[in-house]
Amino acid sequence: MTDVELTCHSRPHLLRGVKLKNDQVRKTWVLLAPERFLRLNAISVDILRRCDGQAALASIVDELANTYAADRAVVDRDVRVLVSSLVEKRMMGL
Amino acid sequence: MSEKSLSEKAPAEKAPAEKAPAEKSPALALPSGMLAELTYRCPLACPYCSNPLQMGGRDSEMSTDDWRAIFSQAAELGVLHVHLSGGEPASRRDLRELVAHCAELDLYTNLITSGVGVTRSIFDGLVAAGLDHVQLSIQDSQPEGADWIGGYEGGYAKKLEVAAWVVAEGMPLTVNAVIHRANVHHAADMVDFAVRLGARRIEIAHTQYYGWALHNRAHLMPTRAQSEEAYRQVEERRERYKGRIVIDHVAPDYHAKYPKACMSGWGRLTLNVTPQGVVLPCHAAQTIPGLEFWNAREKKLADIWAHSPGFNAFRGFEWMLEPCRSCERKAEDFGGCRCQALALVGDAAACDPICSKSPHHGLIDEIAARDSAEEIKGFAPRRIAAAREKNPA
Repeated sequence: MTDVELTCHSRPHLLRGVKLKNDQVRKTWVLLAPERFLRLNAISVDILRRCDGQAALASIVDELANTYAADRAVVDRDVRVLVSSLVEKRMMGL
Repeated sequence: MSEKSLSEKAPAEKAPAEKAPAEKSPALALPSGMLAELTYRCPLACPYCSNPLQMGGRDSEMSTDDWRAIFSQAAELGVLHVHLSGGEPASRRDLRELVAHCAELDLYTNLITSGVGVTRSIFDGLVAAGLDHVQLSIQDSQPEGADWIGGYEGGYAKKLEVAAWVVAEGMPLTVNAVIHRANVHHAADMVDFAVRLGARRIEIAHTQYYGWALHNRAHLMPTRAQSEEAYRQVEERRERYKGRIVIDHVAPDYHAKYPKACMSGWGRLTLNVTPQGVVLPCHAAQTIPGLEFWNAREKKLADIWAHSPGFNAFRGFEWMLEPCRSCERKAEDFGGCRCQALALVGDAAACDPICSKSPHHGLIDEIAARDSAEEIKGFAPRRIAAAREKNPA
């Protein structure tokens, strides 16, 4: 089990050794981690850029819902899916 | 942007694609990883080392400038991860300089080390140079067994020290443990051990029989019952340690039903550069006679990746024989391993005999049963030939 559960107060951040990179060769953003890389779409990049360890999950969701003029509940679900999958992969901390 | 596209597109897509299109041979992909074997020199003598039996010494190694040029070309070619390996990469005095060069190029640097030879000042230098990740080998979860297998007194204690530095620094640590008959009963213990060390990731790799491991197979092969029990116990820990450690589990080849997708396909995603500059699709590729591999000191990496005859020999599906050619799994496992097909069946284009569809599969069961019954202590420790002559075992 994860030590910390994801809540609206969590302050997600990429762990040391996990890096966003704008890959000029593949013309896409990628997330680099030990022995892994994930190709990122624009939205995932937008989410991860806001995960700076300062912003709470709730405010990240508010901001994204605002920016995209999207349903907050949908954004909330998407952010949680991405963050919890990266926490499970030991790429993010809370 | 609409709600729909937001929910459809997040989270991140997984890449690289695990499967190539089934019928058409896929277009040449970009390599995402490069294994840089900086040196074959190593203080340890693990009997399952993936290095070749004939290894060049320091005199034959490439210079700092040679490596810098290769890393620069790798970044241009699309390589994302650079795995600095060996031998023991800390045997190279220019390691810090090479890490700094890779960091400047925005390459992700992974140090694959035994820990032996990594002093505090070397480690601090690598951190300052921008090292991203350390992969530390362990030989066993118990000190006596570990030092015996690695052939290096005090190696275990040294590894604990290096692991503590990495974790205290906040840098991600992967523990790599190769499983064989002398430590198979500790496979699951090693996962617990890695959790205690604070590792984020562990690779539990049942021995793959190439290089020194193939040479020492009769002393390394566990019984089927041992393999299966170890495999089960490690899998059991996945759920227990979810969110604490990521377990990468490499199955025991000789006790499998289907072959592994060796290197995720020959020349598809990764390349190896030897200490002498030869560019290979995998560690063992030079064991296949008649293949022509090019040297990065003589040709550009992009040219080698696209045009080296050795790389193109087993790309796509054209080279395949039956039962691979018409097999529905061919885009999944690429017919298994070419080096293993050569070593065990005598034809590098044959179906990997690990596959239960291979007409030679019976051979695997025979070898596994015979080898696992051998006396365990007679293995040949890995040595560079020159060193071997100086210090005969």
